[in-house]
Amino acid sequence: MPDDGASAKAAAAPGLAAAQETRRQRTRLLIRSAGMLPVLVLLCVGFHLLSDGRFFTAQNLGIVVQQAAVNTVLAAGMTFVILTGGIDLSVGSILAASAMAGLIISKLPDLGALWLPAAVLTGAAFGILNGGFIALLRLPPFIVTLGSLTAVRGVARLLGADTTVFNSEIPYAFIGNGSLTLIPGVLSIPWLWVIALLVIFASWLVLRRTVLGVHIYAVGGNESAARLAGIKVWAVLLFVYGVSGLLAGLGGAMQAARLYAANGLQLGQSYELDAITAVILGGTSFVGGIGSIWGTLVGALIIAVLSNGLILTGVSDVWQYVIKGLVIIGAVALDRYRLQGSART
Amino acid sequence: MIDPILEMRRVSKSFFSIKALRGVDLTVYPGEIHALMGENGAGKSTLMKILSGAYRPDPGGEIRIEGKPVHFNGPHAGRAAGISIIYQELSLAPNLSVSQNIYLGREVSRFGMLAREAMEAGVGPILERLGADFAPSTLVASLSMGQRQLVEIARALHARSKILIMDEPTTALSAGESERLFGLIRRLRAEGLAIIYISHRMDEVYALGDRVTVLRDGTLVGSLDKPEIRADTIVRLMVGRDVSSFYKKEHDPNAVPGAPVLAAVDLADGRRVKGCSLAVHAGEVVGLAGLVGAGRTELAHLIIGAAAKIAGHVEIEGRPVDIRNPGEALDAGIAYLTEDRKALGLFLDMSCLDNINLAVLGRDARLGGILDRDAGRDRARKAFAALGIRAADVRVAAGSLSGGNQQKVLLSRLLATTPKILILDEPTRGVDVGAKSEIYSIIDNLAKSGTAVLVISSDLPEIIGICDRVLVMRAGSIAGEIRRAATTPLDQEQIMALATGMEQLDA
Repeated sequence: MPDDGASAKAAAAPGLAAAQETRRQRTRLLIRSAGMLPVLVLLCVGFHLLSDGRFFTAQNLGIVVQQAAVNTVLAAGMTFVILTGGIDLSVGSILAASAMAGLIISKLPDLGALWLPAAVLTGAAFGILNGGFIALLRLPPFIVTLGSLTAVRGVARLLGADTTVFNSEIPYAFIGNGSLTLIPGVLSIPWLWVIALLVIFASWLVLRRTVLGVHIYAVGGNESAARLAGIKVWAVLLFVYGVSGLLAGLGGAMQAARLYAANGLQLGQSYELDAITAVILGGTSFVGGIGSIWGTLVGALIIAVLSNGLILTGVSDVWQYVIKGLVIIGAVALDRYRLQGSART
Repeated sequence: MIDPILEMRRVSKSFFSIKALRGVDLTVYPGEIHALMGENGAGKSTLMKILSGAYRPDPGGEIRIEGKPVHFNGPHAGRAAGISIIYQELSLAPNLSVSQNIYLGREVSRFGMLAREAMEAGVGPILERLGADFAPSTLVASLSMGQRQLVEIARALHARSKILIMDEPTTALSAGESERLFGLIRRLRAEGLAIIYISHRMDEVYALGDRVTVLRDGTLVGSLDKPEIRADTIVRLMVGRDVSSFYKKEHDPNAVPGAPVLAAVDLADGRRVKGCSLAVHAGEVVGLAGLVGAGRTELAHLIIGAAAKIAGHVEIEGRPVDIRNPGEALDAGIAYLTEDRKALGLFLDMSCLDNINLAVLGRDARLGGILDRDAGRDRARKAFAALGIRAADVRVAAGSLSGGNQQKVLLSRLLATTPKILILDEPTRGVDVGAKSEIYSIIDNLAKSGTAVLVISSDLPEIIGICDRVLVMRAGSIAGEIRRAATTPLDQEQIMALATGMEQLDA
């Protein structure tokens, strides 16, 4: 009777059961924080082997992080929103409108250097508009941002009279194509990626080290309880949508500096989907309250590595779509699985 | 003698180690209204869920319908056997019509198309029999609560139910609607239906009941026939419990100096609270007793600004204050422990650390809004030690703790704000006996240190054990106050009489 033996032992040593419970909780914490990192490492190693060693080269890694940079910035903003249990479908459109606004300002004779803050603030303004509808008028985030996905896309096209705006003399062009040299001739990091990492770090600081951060998790975990605990839920919601818009504006600036151009119709099309995928891959729960910015970083890198690796190994464009789509579904399945194991009962 | 339609013999139900029902025998005859009474948690709803098939009883018991043993094996089994339940919260789809609701799950179709007219024709006679003043095609959303109840009853009759269980059917009804419902119930009885009527309200049981069965702590403590139905007998059966010694009460009940710390004056919300006034002094533990639905939680929500008041005001230390939301209540020194800790209190996925510090995070913010995490951790560790919270670490998710420890974590959050006034709504709900006694001693210590404590509880022995004074609410008003005399303890039966409105009937 092995069962009886085990229960007798547990009864004899209550401390043992407590220790086991402690260990189980620690393991759970570890699994959650490690998240998808092992998957990223496996993907990198796998693609390295399949591409005859072309993955882990300084040049290719530079391309990967450059590809990942804008999506990482968008996904950081998206993490704030999804942590409160919301969604922001409008980031791709906001990115386009901000890039357009930035390029137009950059062509003004005296104000050219102000194009960067102009782009970022344009994004923030649209984000706050989203937040206003959601936080103050209490409309569902999906509907509001679905609307602004279309409306802001229209604004982006209006801004350039539906043409592509070029500026080969755009100030701060180095952030789009230059690199920060750490060790001359050996190690340099694209400025785009430096910006992305700074955004991730700043997001971590806000989410994990400030009062506001705890309030964001609280609103996502249990909105009614947050209200009863005296948290200004509307202010939190206004903030997260504002941040998402602001970072979409920054993404637009990064894109503009990289291309020296912007087109209101094409720029940022379906970027919101990549951003959402990165957040969900990173283990942030779709219902809110659970997740981390580091997970989002890993998620954004997985998407970039997947794109890069599939090209390196010569998978056709068509199949790349199929594989990426399956990854999204797999990520949501993981989200479900994760929730089952958590305290939400 | 007619044969019983429903016989339950030695029916028990346990959840893990807790026995919700112990060997209950219940016999119901056709053409009788059988009232089922008991305090909250006495086992009424467990019994009902067994009869619906939602819960499977423990082996050893037996249920017979019209003499034949039945074994329910799913949530619809009870209905198939002829038992229909009308819940407090009606279970109609408001977006569908009356006939669609009645036929829900058993729709009539012809060649795969819904036969709407046939269904409406099938419902018509039943609605007529019930004296309904609406058509089968009416949208349920446009009906009043009383009319919706008729639809529920029509659904039961349409399913040819022989036993109708009604759970507090009058809670959402006006006086006129209730009267009409009583008339209908009597008519159904005359037609030979057996009706199990669950209610807290003494006057309804008087008016309707042919027999009364009382449950207490999962045990059937008595069945009374019509001539024996007397309010005092029922109350004694319902509460007859010893007040055990685990209530700790060392604070001085007479230490009531000067003006009250908290005073509510004529508070009303226009719905559930109808002009309530109360006062709590420093170092005093005041109980707020009453039945579920009497408006106690709603009154607390008015005090802390979680709901909008239409009249009245709140005073703190004699000064009127305007509290518009729970945040302002905390600032004013009022902390409120919610009765629903999972839905309205804790953040189950967040750590105990964050849960405890949530209300005082502003104090830990240093330069640039960055949190001093060591200060928070120290506070959480101190709370763990002070309240005896048992968990591996302050960083584990609050949701992974036991009910008692969760409650202590939530209490720690409130105590971190060092409130002058503490409102505790069902402080020991879903908490095991050991933790209960610990929570009582925490309350006692708070009172000793001068905190004004208001305890809302449906657990009468708890109210009597820890409170200096008890206010009883009934139907949105304060029905009375009972003070502890120097030598005699508070009287449970007196509280129950006020809560049920029985004192008016006996007078």
